[in-house]
Amino acid sequence: MTVLPKFAVERWTRASAVSGGVAVAVVAALAVLPLIGGDNLVDKLTTLFVYVILAAMWNALAGYAGLVSVGQQAFFGVGAYFAIRCSVAGVPPYPALIAGALIATAVAVPLSYFMLLLRGGEFSIGMWVLAEAIHLLVNLDPLIQGETGTSMIALNAYAHETRLAANYWLALAGMVGLLGAIFVLLRSPFGASVQAIRDDEEAAASIGVSVQRAKRTMFVLAAFGCALAGVLWLATSVTFQPKTNFGVQWTAYMILMALVGGLGTFEGPILGAVLFFLVQDQFAETGVAYMAGLGTVAILFALFAPRGIWGEIEKRWNLRLLPVGYFLRPTGPPKPDRRSK
Amino acid sequence: MTSEAVAILEGAGLSKSFGALTVLDNVDFTLRSDEAVGIVGPNGAGKTTLLTVLSGGLRSTGGVVRFRGADVTAVGAAERSRLGLVKTHQVPRPFSGMTAFENVYVAATAAGGLNGRGAHAACVEALELCNMLHVANRRAETLGLLDRKRLELARALATSPSVVLLDEIGGGLTDEETVQLVETIREMRRRGMAIVWIEHIVHVLLQVVERLVCMVSGRVIADGDPKAVMADPVVVEAYLGSGAT
Repeated sequence: MTVLPKFAVERWTRASAVSGGVAVAVVAALAVLPLIGGDNLVDKLTTLFVYVILAAMWNALAGYAGLVSVGQQAFFGVGAYFAIRCSVAGVPPYPALIAGALIATAVAVPLSYFMLLLRGGEFSIGMWVLAEAIHLLVNLDPLIQGETGTSMIALNAYAHETRLAANYWLALAGMVGLLGAIFVLLRSPFGASVQAIRDDEEAAASIGVSVQRAKRTMFVLAAFGCALAGVLWLATSVTFQPKTNFGVQWTAYMILMALVGGLGTFEGPILGAVLFFLVQDQFAETGVAYMAGLGTVAILFALFAPRGIWGEIEKRWNLRLLPVGYFLRPTGPPKPDRRSK
Repeated sequence: MTSEAVAILEGAGLSKSFGALTVLDNVDFTLRSDEAVGIVGPNGAGKTTLLTVLSGGLRSTGGVVRFRGADVTAVGAAERSRLGLVKTHQVPRPFSGMTAFENVYVAATAAGGLNGRGAHAACVEALELCNMLHVANRRAETLGLLDRKRLELARALATSPSVVLLDEIGGGLTDEETVQLVETIREMRRRGMAIVWIEHIVHVLLQVVERLVCMVSGRVIADGDPKAVMADPVVVEAYLGSGAT
């Protein structure tokens, strides 16, 4: 008589339990930092959190859902625009910032019905066109004065230190909340369906996946994340200039961070954002050569290490700190192939 | 076949055209809930198109598809798979960046409506039935043809289907691999699934099916007892060529 194999589905490893604990401790330490740290550090870390949000959003969209957007600056810019509009209408500055991100998300819902009719390269370019169209529409608002732009003056009502700390906490909460939301989403059955769509949309539909609904959820989530990053950027810079806030460089940064860190891995974009932040901090003043250097790095990664730094680490050491996948472990004979991915 | 068995899947007057090219020409097709039906015919006869129209992957130009008596003509493939009607692909279409287990898990949750341990158990069962447990943790892009074919079948099984449409699942397999496949399909029959199977390897097909349909140029030219159909001079002429007689 054959002995029937018994299996357990493993979703956490010892390494992931440890790293989950470390992540909680790091967040707790970061949360109290403004009470002890210098203004400069708080300001710089706020920028880092914005980068992490952007990288994680682009990775959720392209790395997991297969929606390669070159127009995420649309939501980065329009979130800031709506925040200024709310502020001018009398809403206090911080509620106005959050309202700006939420209104941009609300705008993303009807847009998704049109944009998600496009596939592959059409979607990528379509998103860029959409971003330019929104940019031009915002320029038509007399408040913005075309490319001259405007400022969210109400933010100046706060003392400099208070504003720095508030921005920091808002960015930290946004980053932790969004990373947590993506993590929970990817570990759910919905996350598996989204990845199936990325790999083969028609095959996913043939086994019950509601393709358009899943894509819409990811599109709207990424729009919210990018809009939140956009209002955080406005909170730190105070000024709003359409050319800057709707600049395609934001999406270029997102692509670079996700690609270098590890597209389609949860940890990769966080690593990519930290590296990008360090490089930006050192070399941003070098101008055109710096941009050309970033482009070269992105191309080299796309060609020779398409799974990015974290992808290579995963492959070499089979290390998954915050796993979203499933591992079938035998609890009785016979054993499955452990050669893994 | 029992007298109580009812038609679980019906296609009535199905037509499908791509521009000026008519691929299905007024095809009637019925499958009873306790039946395994084979479909044979030369390349370009419209076999895959018929299965794709029945599964909802393509919308027919004319005609009606009924599943369990309900008109599902306007219902898409995702919804039909949730109702219990699923099709495998002629050329395997794995989710290449996911493991074999994760591929099957998508089917168990999205179409099977399962979650948690129930979904895990259904996946293990489907993988086991298809002899795939030893590669459960391998990314699908690293699997060979045999395992990709098995994965198509395992994914379909994990949807908890009542009707499985198989499109050349045996193509390209060795004799030994085919024996395993036939055993798996027999097990599916024992579990109460109705099957429609397109296959060019007729001797394999005849080990499983009770009824055979022959299609030529988008039409059904014979339908009945497999041996009788294969002996029908019209089938011999159209499918095997006049030199075969």
